[in-house]
Amino acid sequence: MNRCIERLYNGIVKENPTFVMLIGMCPTLAVTTSAINGIGMGLSTTLVLVFSNLLISLLRKIIPDSARVPGFIVIVASLVTIVQFLLEGYVPSLYASLGIYIPLIVVNCIILGRAESYASKNPVLPSIFDGIGMGLGFTVALTCIGAVREILGAGQLFGFQILPLADAAAGKAGFTPVTIFVLAPGAFFVLAMLIAIQNAYREARRKKGLPVKERSGCFAGDCASCHNGTCTGRVFTVGTDEDEKDKE
Amino acid sequence: MKEVILIAIGSAIVNNVVLSQFLGLCPFLGVSKKVNTAAGMGVAVIFVITIASFITSVLDVVILQKFDLVYLRTIVFILVIAALVQFVEMFMKKSMPPLYNALGIYLPLITTNCAVLGVALNNVQYGYGIGVSTINGFATAVGFTIAIVIMAGIREKIEYNNIPKPFQGSAIVLVTSGLMAIAFMGFSGVI
Repeated sequence: MNRCIERLYNGIVKENPTFVMLIGMCPTLAVTTSAINGIGMGLSTTLVLVFSNLLISLLRKIIPDSARVPGFIVIVASLVTIVQFLLEGYVPSLYASLGIYIPLIVVNCIILGRAESYASKNPVLPSIFDGIGMGLGFTVALTCIGAVREILGAGQLFGFQILPLADAAAGKAGFTPVTIFVLAPGAFFVLAMLIAIQNAYREARRKKGLPVKERSGCFAGDCASCHNGTCTGRVFTVGTDEDEKDKE
Repeated sequence: MKEVILIAIGSAIVNNVVLSQFLGLCPFLGVSKKVNTAAGMGVAVIFVITIASFITSVLDVVILQKFDLVYLRTIVFILVIAALVQFVEMFMKKSMPPLYNALGIYLPLITTNCAVLGVALNNVQYGYGIGVSTINGFATAVGFTIAIVIMAGIREKIEYNNIPKPFQGSAIVLVTSGLMAIAFMGFSGVI
């Protein structure tokens, strides 16, 4: 049981996919225009992640190594399709505001990354908790980023006006929303600040001689450190043997 | 014809794939250090996305829509695209060595899988036919190339600037992207 709790802590705090590892950034930037969108995207991803970890862990001894990545992709894509239908049926407003980013959960680095590096090597129960931990970590991060953007950009939180708006015509003093933060450029600025804060924190830790976790993913600067099979462009193993022979 | 041109301009500039849809960020940040490599990456992306849009659109019209299987789109598209990127690389290596030598190193880096899939999904969502989908794919990829080449040009200059330490690396690149995104928002009046 300890191992399960350790997995939850690991996903939410120690290896938080967004704040610590900086992976899965495309949806992070695209959907965090409001806190509620962040929660919706985070929970959808969590659902996919938990079930993909469960299925992949169950099938880890059955799927042959050479067909590993295509197998994972089919499992993840099927789960994403199911989630897409659930959202379309039960939360149509969220479905409309998330748009194509729901099917794009398939290519989210976090899911295939966890499948490759954890679920395909570990028993079922810890894999499920790994999925829950990572998913909640992602949800928390998206909600925080969404909340920051919503407050700065509209003075709202979860759709409620929390900062009174200025009204020049009525001569009322108040908050003037920085609309750019809910638009596309704001996402880049918020992420830039996030990375800068993280860099400063890592630098401070390094000076104290404390260990600093290696970054993986897109912002580490090289694609080789990525666990995502779709990123390397080598999903199928067909032809790679021949390539090896060519080299020899 | 007029509509097609508007769709193309819209995808290439107004709704730029990187700067307003956030697809293909990984290669945008990873391969934009030099203008030459950025241009090479851009051409490789144009090549792959155009072919991928055409093939996914043909599959969608000829098989999925005809047999009422549209719910399989996500699964079919991702597998077809993954296979296609790999196949294009193998095919180029065997039959077009000069082109392979020019673009080959970028093809495995087509981390743009999220952009490739994104364009394919956009095409079906807006209900484009095969021809329009292909043009839309091409235009989207041209938009990517424009963005990454401009970015590389700026980054070559940034190299010589004095940047606060925490912002060095990807943070300053993201600030720059944000400013570029503001500039590209100015095009929204075009169509």
